[in-house]
Amino acid sequence: MSDLNFATSPINQSLTPERKIELFTQMVRIRRFEQAAAKSYAAGEMGGFLHLYIGQESVAVGTISLGGADDHYITAYRDHGHALAVGMGMNECMAEMYGKQTGCSKGKGGSMHFFAPDKNFWGGHGIVAGQTPLGLGLAFALKYQGKDGCCLCYLGDGAVNQGAFHESLNIASLFGIPVIYVIENNGYSMGTSQERSSAYTGCLAQRAEAYAIEWDVVNGSDIYEVRAKTQIAMDRAKKESKPTVLEIDTYRYYGHSVADANHKKYRTPEEIQNYKDNYDPINVFRRKLIDEGVLTEEKSDEIGKAAQEEAVASVKFAKEAPAPTIPDISTDVYWETDNNTEASKIGHHFFA
Amino acid sequence: MRTLTYREALREAMDEELARDENVVIMGEEVAQYNGAYKVTQGLWDKWGDKRVVDTPISEAGFIGMGIGASMLGVRPVMELMFWSFHSVAFDQLVNNAACVRYMSGGLCHCPIVVRGPANGGTNVGATHSHIPEGLFAAFPGLKVCSPATPADAKGLMKAAIRDNDPVYVMENTILYGNTGEVPDPADGDFVIPLGKADIKREGKDISLIAHGRSVLHCLEAAETLKAEHGIDAEVLDLRSIRPLDVDAILATVAKTHRVLLVDESKPFGGVSAMVSHLIQEHAFDELDGPIKRVCTIDAPAIYSKYIENEQLPNPRRIIEKALTMV
Repeated sequence: MSDLNFATSPINQSLTPERKIELFTQMVRIRRFEQAAAKSYAAGEMGGFLHLYIGQESVAVGTISLGGADDHYITAYRDHGHALAVGMGMNECMAEMYGKQTGCSKGKGGSMHFFAPDKNFWGGHGIVAGQTPLGLGLAFALKYQGKDGCCLCYLGDGAVNQGAFHESLNIASLFGIPVIYVIENNGYSMGTSQERSSAYTGCLAQRAEAYAIEWDVVNGSDIYEVRAKTQIAMDRAKKESKPTVLEIDTYRYYGHSVADANHKKYRTPEEIQNYKDNYDPINVFRRKLIDEGVLTEEKSDEIGKAAQEEAVASVKFAKEAPAPTIPDISTDVYWETDNNTEASKIGHHFFA
Repeated sequence: MRTLTYREALREAMDEELARDENVVIMGEEVAQYNGAYKVTQGLWDKWGDKRVVDTPISEAGFIGMGIGASMLGVRPVMELMFWSFHSVAFDQLVNNAACVRYMSGGLCHCPIVVRGPANGGTNVGATHSHIPEGLFAAFPGLKVCSPATPADAKGLMKAAIRDNDPVYVMENTILYGNTGEVPDPADGDFVIPLGKADIKREGKDISLIAHGRSVLHCLEAAETLKAEHGIDAEVLDLRSIRPLDVDAILATVAKTHRVLLVDESKPFGGVSAMVSHLIQEHAFDELDGPIKRVCTIDAPAIYSKYIENEQLPNPRRIIEKALTMV
């Protein structure tokens, strides 16, 4: 872990105390939201998969905190943190996991498929690395349309061995695409440790060298470092129209998904405890903010309590929300039929 | 009326759409500086430049995924697969992302892309380059598929595909690229053929030959022989669009002739003709004077040998032989 004090980097010095509290609050909200979801999942109230982000909150909150009007985001299936960080509400997200009509995807996507294009968030994608060419495309569109923006495309460390990711890196470098690939390295591709899944020398991000792409490694337990190093990549994207690969070292407390019953077998209790005590991004940031005199224990507790109440309320909202109807199955398939256009009236689009 | 080749008609459609909408961008392997592996995009790079006509590396998952991502932000990529056979290396993008992103986002995203290229056998290149996946992709709700047989249809359907706000996969045919046919002059107005509208290419009363793509031309040739040598008057219905599908036109020709022979370059198991057969038996059972029959590609991977390759595919001889068992 680095000894550098990233709190003094310009991008962090410009943070007001209010903004710092806001970032802290966002991280706490993500954690409480997911803890509530885990409880609902364990109680059998929601189905599907539940890939928790707990322990990685600094990545979504830190990187997305840098975004402007023309910066866009896309991630894989561990998407709850990014969704809340872009400003999606707990209610619509929780309702989606409960499979309800008022969910962000009307109950058609589930935990892995949250979207909010109005907040520049393009999912939520279920296939490992399947989103990496899409992130390339979002950034291609920004460049094509002359926008001063970039795309942050998140992936897990297990995604770096997929062909689609390597194809994306090659094209990103070749075409000068303003995309930043953020590898959220939690050390495990599902149940297989990095050492058992990836061939590498120094680190995973170093593979970028093969494609003539700049890269960096980031300590994910320090949100200041996440912001400082991501800002460099975003400047490179916008000023030079060049991609970057960032590898943010982080950790997930829980299994690959809540259904990953073996997660306590491939990791020791000591390993998990050490992380909680010394590297948990929320604990680390809280201590820093208290040291800076920005936050007090009382204020921190208040934030935790409010987030907890909001999460509990979202569960209530989700439980009480209406389920989709059988006719809902057949909408949102084609733009033309949804919009009842002339084209949609010609020929049969659906078959029995 | 003026004539164009099928290739020129496709090119004219793309050229007109490049002029109409600045978000239209042509992408693919060799589409720009090389002028297209099959010269469909010849001259477009010279005219429109690097921004609008983009050479990509041989990296189908990468560039097709890129096009899908760009379309979510309003770019309208028209992407060439040098062969539709190469769909397999981009399948996750073509199916999980293009077909499902609208649904999984509850209608928040849409994906106005075109993927085009040749999808045919009969060119002596073996099984890996001879896949005919119309039925495969039409099986995914969220996707649209069309397969033009003539230059005019190629132009009109391509323009409709580019303007459509859903993903449209256009299946062309290398053997048809050089065929000529009448195509309306642009000076006479915008020429668009909507998706989902079949076309009777030949009127008849004794038997309906229903086909799409190159098989339509085989049906027309067979119909001439059936008339001249056997006095059988065959109607030829060109589906043109696979999904959306003109079910009404299918049922109308069945009600007219009461005998149906489906001709399909796909393999017999599943696919377009299997679906059409199902629709006819469900909705027009009482109109039939006999069982629906099919001429498909013989059920094996595409053979290389030029001596028998055309016998594996539907051809006029096989169509005539089958038709004579029915009338």
